[in-house]
Amino acid sequence: MTSLSDTGEFIAKKYEPKGPVVLDCQINNIYYGNFRAVRDSHVPIEKNKVTGFIGPSGCGKSTVLRSMNRMNDLIESFRFDGSIQYHSNDIYGKKVDPVVVRRYIGMVFQLPNPFSMSIYDNVAFGLRLNGFKGDEEEMVVQALKRAAIWDDVKDKLKNSGLSLSGGQQQRLCIARAIATEPDVLLMDEPCSALDPIATRQVEELMVELKEHYSVALVTHNMQQATRVADVTAFLGVDISQGGRTGYLVEMDDTQKIFEDPQQLLTQQYVRGEFS
Amino acid sequence: MVYDPFKHASSDRTLSAPPSAFDYMKDKVFRSFAYCCALAIILLVTYIVFELGSQALPAIKTYGLGFVTGTTWDANQREFGVLPEIWGTLYSSLIALAIGGVLGVGIAIFLTQSFVHAKLELVFRTIIELLAAIPSVVYGLWGIYVLIPLLRPVAQWFYETLGWFPFFGTELSGPGLAPASLVLAIMILPTVAAISADAFQRIPYKVKEAAYGMGATKWEVILKVMLPTASSGILAGLVLGFGRALGETMALAMLIGNVNNISLSLFAPANTLASLLASTFPEAGEIEVQALMYAALVLLAITFIVNIAGLAVQQYAMRKFEGKK
Ligand SMILES: Nc1ncnc2c1ncn2[C@@H]1O[C@H](COP(=O)(O)OP(=O)(O)OP(=O)(O)O)[C@@H](O)[C@H]1O
Ligand SMILES: [Mg+2]
Repeated sequence: MTSLSDTGEFIAKKYEPKGPVVLDCQINNIYYGNFRAVRDSHVPIEKNKVTGFIGPSGCGKSTVLRSMNRMNDLIESFRFDGSIQYHSNDIYGKKVDPVVVRRYIGMVFQLPNPFSMSIYDNVAFGLRLNGFKGDEEEMVVQALKRAAIWDDVKDKLKNSGLSLSGGQQQRLCIARAIATEPDVLLMDEPCSALDPIATRQVEELMVELKEHYSVALVTHNMQQATRVADVTAFLGVDISQGGRTGYLVEMDDTQKIFEDPQQLLTQQYVRGEFS
Repeated sequence: MVYDPFKHASSDRTLSAPPSAFDYMKDKVFRSFAYCCALAIILLVTYIVFELGSQALPAIKTYGLGFVTGTTWDANQREFGVLPEIWGTLYSSLIALAIGGVLGVGIAIFLTQSFVHAKLELVFRTIIELLAAIPSVVYGLWGIYVLIPLLRPVAQWFYETLGWFPFFGTELSGPGLAPASLVLAIMILPTVAAISADAFQRIPYKVKEAAYGMGATKWEVILKVMLPTASSGILAGLVLGFGRALGETMALAMLIGNVNNISLSLFAPANTLASLLASTFPEAGEIEVQALMYAALVLLAITFIVNIAGLAVQQYAMRKFEGKK
């Protein structure tokens, strides 16, 4: 069952989560200035699951993900209309400081962005920020191992993070993000610069992470979505209104999305018949 | 003819073509022009050093290294030493660097880290760059008529309450190190601020994003991420500012007191190499001019050493933070 909004726009059938929800994202509209980037999408991120986001380039996957830890607040023209409930608090609430939100909801970006400091300091950055009192070195090493970069960097922890290759930098950024064990981890195409071996290792990491945390993952790789995502949301682009507004087409268990999608658009997209 | 063995062998539909002979010529012309410019600068500097050296040669022969350690400058006795001037040059420049450096970097942060609206940033930036366009005579006059009278009661208070402390060991009778260094600080501020602001602006947006993404506050982002990332650029600004302070002549000649004196006190009059040159040159006889040329050579050497040291620190910062070899 789908419905139409007052303006006659398509609205996806509501996805009923089967378990507890950690981030309940009710997006009415997201604007960049006058440009409406995303509309009418309800995407609950479930606890201890990997939620995948797929969809054509420019449909607003990154925009949605970056709204979930208020990353887009840095962009002056950005405007969010809706609510995101995190442990029954709206992260867009008046009293909530985005800095606090980002301490709990970590992020791995689409492009690697290590800091101009040593590899070790990059990973220890979050620990120091959060006033971690335990064995820092142990946590750093553990994060590097989990992010499948330890073997590449174990002999040069003092070197700058910028001296690594693109794929190594991306894994360093993953290590940096997981070192503080954030409650929710947002990953924007974390494997787009990685070789198949490293990709597998990062996928294993995601599966391991969801034991204690929750992960939201944007990917262009359908196999990756089927391999690691428990639930998948498919976003489409609406070009009928003149602009290019993204919206949720369908959200369901990954298996259902890939094997028995209810929407024609989803079917075409997952089968690679997208026009 | 341009050597291209690939054209005929590749698909006849390809639009790929080698650069034309004319393109290569432009390349060559531009490259030679760049080499010429570089060569011209090197020749100019060598010529100046050579000229200074030959004019200073008699003084170098007579006084040797004792010139650098001597503390009197007396044309009648033919006794020349510039240790007080070396001390004054370094001391005043270091104070100016400390004050102007901190302020300059602070202003650069203020101008680039979205504290105020972008339009206001531009206004502030223009005002600060205007500071660089004020002639140093005007700074000197401002120092004499505004700064020194303002400083006098402050200096008096420090002298009376903290006089046991070597920095405040004398009274401020008029010109002295404190007003001279303060004016110097203002003079180097635009250089430091403009170059540091550029360094901050060059930081890619994604780095700032990463820092905020870790949940850092604005100050944590600036101090822990932006500053180290911009450090090599900031150091370049500091070195340039320090060089400017070392060589500043007019304002210092008016403000520092021109007294051969080595003192830690900020309120004591002192002298610098450049100021010595400016104030002594007009009435100097032949022997004294030779000594002055020697002093100029010493100043050049100091500037050279400072620049080399600055470069070394900058390269260290680049290696440490940016992983560049
Ligand atoms: N900072 C910004 N200012 C203005 N418009 C933006 C900004 N960032 C993104 N957009 C626009 O919002 C829309 C969605 O962009 P977004 O980056 O979320 O797409 P995406 O689904 O992540 O695409 P991709 O798969 O290529 O990464 C695009 O039309 C883009 O042009
Ligand atoms: Mg994206």
